Amino acid sequence: MGKTLAEKILSQKSGNDARAGDMVIAEVDLAFVQDTTGPLTVRQFQSGGFKSLANPLKTAIFIDHAAPSPNRSLSNDHWLLRRFARETGAVMSDVGEGVCHQLVGESLARPGDVIVGSDSHTVTAGGLGAFATGMGSSDVAVAMALGKTWFRVPESIQVVAAGSFPKGVYAKDLTLHLIGLIGADGATYKALEFGGETVTAMSMSSRLTTANMAVEAGAKVGLFPADETTRDYLAGQGRGEHYRPISPDTDAAYEQTININVAGLEPTVSRPHTVDNTAPVTELKGTKVQQVVIGTCTNGRLEDLAVAAGILKGKKSHPETRLIVAPASRRVMLEAVKNGFIQVLIEAGAAVLPPGCGPCLGLHQGVLGDGEVCLSTSNRNFKGRMGNPEALVYLGSPATAAATAIAGEITDPREVI
Amino acid sequence: MLKGRAFKFGDGISTDHIIPGRLAHLRSNLPELAKHVLEDADPTFVSRVKAGDFIVAGSNFGLGSSREHAPLVIKMAGVSAILAKSAARIFFRNAINLGLPVLICDTDGIADGDELAVDLAAGTVRNVTRSKQFTFGKIPAVMLRILGEGGLIPYIQKHGGFKL
Ligand code: SF4
Repeated sequence: MGKTLAEKILSQKSGNDARAGDMVIAEVDLAFVQDTTGPLTVRQFQSGGFKSLANPLKTAIFIDHAAPSPNRSLSNDHWLLRRFARETGAVMSDVGEGVCHQLVGESLARPGDVIVGSDSHTVTAGGLGAFATGMGSSDVAVAMALGKTWFRVPESIQVVAAGSFPKGVYAKDLTLHLIGLIGADGATYKALEFGGETVTAMSMSSRLTTANMAVEAGAKVGLFPADETTRDYLAGQGRGEHYRPISPDTDAAYEQTININVAGLEPTVSRPHTVDNTAPVTELKGTKVQQVVIGTCTNGRLEDLAVAAGILKGKKSHPETRLIVAPASRRVMLEAVKNGFIQVLIEAGAAVLPPGCGPCLGLHQGVLGDGEVCLSTSNRNFKGRMGNPEALVYLGSPATAAATAIAGEITDPREVI
Repeated sequence: MLKGRAFKFGDGISTDHIIPGRLAHLRSNLPELAKHVLEDADPTFVSRVKAGDFIVAGSNFGLGSSREHAPLVIKMAGVSAILAKSAARIFFRNAINLGLPVLICDTDGIADGDELAVDLAAGTVRNVTRSKQFTFGKIPAVMLRILGEGGLIPYIQKHGGFKL
């Protein structure tokens, strides 16, 4: 019988005939940490008595969550990471370079790789066909030291998307719709595997958005086949040699197949305080919003900024709504400057932050006040997520965010496109 | 045998409830961080929990971030095991990696404050308050061995690698 993408990759990397439910020890192609989980990873690494990395060039350290640092203790954590990178030869990505997942997608992940990161949104690289999953500090420390880790080969849920996206509806809406459908634990311990004509036509930026949020349904990975789009994307990043095609077998066994016709989708929003608490944007019309965030590893790419700039061009954000934009990486920011998107966004009233996580996890750069409402293009709206348990966070696409910023209340982007 | 009282929580307790991102500056100061454990779910928890007590939750406990600090501060609070209807994947693995058992079972029959006794080897939970006994789901063998060594780092130190 044929294999799913997860079974194929784990078979290759473990040297076994890996089938759903099997336990395997797999080679790790990339292990990485970021600045809020990295210090504990370094401590676990040291407490294990490890001295060196299995593969320094396959180990990366990102300073992105608190970048630049908002306080003394995080600055000291950053130094712990910089010293560790210097001593071990790990690849270092410092303040201003961008969010780890975006940078992994731009420069490191290859189709068919096994990637572990001490950040739950490591799943993002599934957009490139990499078996990429989030783990805790101890697991990543061991993967860094041994170049291997263990996995239970996940069962796969196949998501087949058909049709073309209507005006104002994007991969983010598809993703939120799917999570609303199956729930925040609908894919726990499983792989989500995306396919179908819509997926073939999806840009890499859109694939990364959808893969990024696989974990919001509990999934271990969110996998896309590596195809022509993947090849073009890698070639465009100057690393065409990293391409190799990978697709599931036609007779692979799926636990379940979910069919979605995107032509029937509407702009979708997650309401507080869970990602699966979704509703069509039309139902939330009129909800006043004090802050709009466009960016993050979910929707901080060039394509996202282009959509937002397209809507905000010549307009102003509402006087009672703060508009915050954080490009996902330096490369994204530079391209957005060259294309004039940043100018449009600034003229529309945006506060443009340096590349990085920005206000996404509630550390700095846009912490919400008591009772405030935010609409964000990020991936999580848990209570307290943006720094204040008394605040409310809604999630939507960059188009919904831009339309909302103009009106000062949650707005259907189809009204302004 | 683990013995203690049940602290009951609902469904969908996220890692942000357990230890929110806004406290990231305390992550290298674990004793300070631990003072905030589960603050956004129950601000009184940390002052009431005693060594040996259990967290008893609904479904999808620990969803969200990969921060190992979440099970770490729960362990530091003295919690001896987490009982839940289901647990998020990364949290589950992190807890085991720290030597903190996560036991999957139907928690509806446990009320806040119930006295529990857990027998890890036998796979049973006894609700002493209600004189009821039930079983919890099997933990995969590799995780049981990690748990048996007190966590992943001591396990790897002892064995040098993984054994499935
Ligand atoms: S942008 Fe947000 S979700 Fe993405 S890695 Fe940063 S904090 Fe996490």
